[in-house]
Amino acid sequence: MEGAHAMSAPVLVARGITLRRGAREVLRGVDLDVGRGELVALMGLSGGGKTTFLRAVAGLEGFDAGTLSVDGVGLRAGGPPPAGVLKALRRKVGMVFQFHHLFEHLTAAHNVWLALVHVHHVPRREAERRALALLDQLGVGARAHALPRELSGGEAQRVAIARALAVDPPLLLMDEPTASLDPARRDELGETLERLTRSGRTLLAATHDDDFVRDVADRVIVMADGQVVEQGLPAAVLGAPQHPATRELLSQKTRPNGKGIR
Amino acid sequence: MTMTAASPGRPAFGIVWLAAALLLGAAAARVVAQPQTLAAELVWGGDAEGGSPYVEADPRDPARVVGFEVDVAALIASKLGLRPRFQPVQFTSIDASVKRGDFLIGLSGIEDTPARRAALAVTVPYYEFREVLTVRAADAPRIRTLDDLRGKRVGTLGGTIAYEILLASQAARGLVAVSYDDDVHPYSDLALGRLDAVLLDHVLAEKAMRRERGLVTHAETVAVGHYVGVLDRRNAAVRDRIDAILREAMRDGTLEGIFRRWGLWNDDQPALYARVTAGPAGQAPPQRSPGTATAVMRYLPALLRAAVITLVLSCLAMALAVAAGVVVASGRVYGGPLVRAGLTAYVELTRGTPVLLQLFVLYYGLAELVRLPAFVAALLGLGLNYAAYESEIYRGALEAVPRGQLEAARVLGLGERQVFTLVRGPQALRLALAPMTNDFVALLKDSSLVSVLTVVELTKQTQIFAANLGSWVVPGALCAALYLAMSLPLARAARRMEAKWKAPTP
Repeated sequence: MEGAHAMSAPVLVARGITLRRGAREVLRGVDLDVGRGELVALMGLSGGGKTTFLRAVAGLEGFDAGTLSVDGVGLRAGGPPPAGVLKALRRKVGMVFQFHHLFEHLTAAHNVWLALVHVHHVPRREAERRALALLDQLGVGARAHALPRELSGGEAQRVAIARALAVDPPLLLMDEPTASLDPARRDELGETLERLTRSGRTLLAATHDDDFVRDVADRVIVMADGQVVEQGLPAAVLGAPQHPATRELLSQKTRPNGKGIR
Repeated sequence: MTMTAASPGRPAFGIVWLAAALLLGAAAARVVAQPQTLAAELVWGGDAEGGSPYVEADPRDPARVVGFEVDVAALIASKLGLRPRFQPVQFTSIDASVKRGDFLIGLSGIEDTPARRAALAVTVPYYEFREVLTVRAADAPRIRTLDDLRGKRVGTLGGTIAYEILLASQAARGLVAVSYDDDVHPYSDLALGRLDAVLLDHVLAEKAMRRERGLVTHAETVAVGHYVGVLDRRNAAVRDRIDAILREAMRDGTLEGIFRRWGLWNDDQPALYARVTAGPAGQAPPQRSPGTATAVMRYLPALLRAAVITLVLSCLAMALAVAAGVVVASGRVYGGPLVRAGLTAYVELTRGTPVLLQLFVLYYGLAELVRLPAFVAALLGLGLNYAAYESEIYRGALEAVPRGQLEAARVLGLGERQVFTLVRGPQALRLALAPMTNDFVALLKDSSLVSVLTVVELTKQTQIFAANLGSWVVPGALCAALYLAMSLPLARAARRMEAKWKAPTP
């Protein structure tokens, strides 16, 4: 049940990822692979562990057991990753948050070049040039000098994608990318993401939106109760769900994008 | 019944009652203040902080006052057939207070000046003093007169003839006049080396010589002055009766007895008494008092200079408060438990005690350990006090920056320090701007407290002005206008900055 992209060069390899919050096991041995250039959708009910898994991959949370590897950078269990590993990880993973979290006090362009200058020591002029080029590619070049609060939801998301892509990471994580987008904006996003994967970028997106998954994902992975319960081509998994959790997920279609309180 | 009609639920009645009570109270005060009516008391005002030999709390019974002024008041009261009652008042406020009718007569080593004669009903002089110069013993051979004090700091009591002499000498002789609110700290500061000389009347100088070691008072007289009693001008008739009583006491030796008892009798007094008792014209020749417009023109430069000091001091103190506040707030947000506990203690101690006390401790309390110049002590005191308030604002603002902003920064690879300087700090600053402006305006006004450290800022200069003019109306209005001229643009600049941060960029 593998997608169009064979697992010849997996960018993300997760084995037995377990993460506890107090007595509760949020992740209970997650195993998954994402191949280079794949667009993988991570589905599951709220509280199933999707967002937590993305945060662990981004190095925002340590985990208690298992191993993670992102394009050759390995993360070990136990506490937050050491500084050296984190530094290497930042070049491998970009993240787009559900609510974007653009820096409110900086312009769109400044949001994009901030890390280039201060983390990767790219000269300011060069960083600004790259930021403007990225914003242009994503269709928001005209909004480069706007502040986040002046951007529409769709614009803010594009700026957030540009910010995550500024250091050219092989893996881009997205949390609920279609939440708060109207259908037209959602189609645009789909095109944008497909363009990104065609150029060799790998995408892992946590989402509730099965229409979006059918339209753009190469593969879908379903999580329930902190584990991977089902995966395969979107048409197969969503057309003939095997696991009860997947069926429950699809039965909630009356509430599209209905992500509840985490 | 009328009583039930005036139910407490009707506020209009409450206001009427309050007004009636206030009117009655005011009327009662008038009666007490004007003993020529049937009141049995002579209420007289003086500053008990002035201390011996004028007026001080009796060491054996602190509820009573003793001193030569107490004896003079008792003498006047008994001749008027009244019982004397003492009303404490701050020395520099005596003129304004007697005008208000707080007491009938002020007796507290009050000097005879043209401004007083213009504004008040002044009695005949009953004591002659000499303004004398006190220096450290080691300096005595070098510093003998005001001419030897070019570029040096000379202290005195504010609102006195001595201060007027020093102000005039500032221009003529290039010395620096330093004004105090009391007559004790000039001499202790002289002993500590903060001043190079003190010019005050010989009564105060002799009192200080008994207290401080290593000081020498030169015998040369810089100027001669007289103590008088002051009354409101409407009480000129009472003043004339009191003049008659004082002249009588000069002739019959009662006053001599009082001053001998307090060790103040000297050869200057018989000559004075001879002049005063020679006739009603025995008073100092009537002098032209400066009109209000002249006085304003004369004091305006000093007020403007004082306003500059207020502004500079406030700006520097605020800069210190902001810098220290940022350090304290960061320590409380990021620091370990020990650092947090220490900083919390600092904030609570600073906010929980009066800034006036902190200024006193910094300037006078620590004088034995470190001799801070007045301006530096004022700057430190205000700055460190406000730092506690600033730090609380910044701590709240730092904690109000959403966690998502910090995580977005971390995911981009910013280190914790960069997260603070590039994302959290700048965003917190925007949240803190409005309360900071508020604090700056408050600091501008609180800076008036540093006058207790001999820094002559705007409020202090206004006080000096008002004391000389004998009125608060014009100096008060000028002072308020200057404070507003400083605080209004500040509030405007802050509003503009806030708007700039919020407005869409073109």
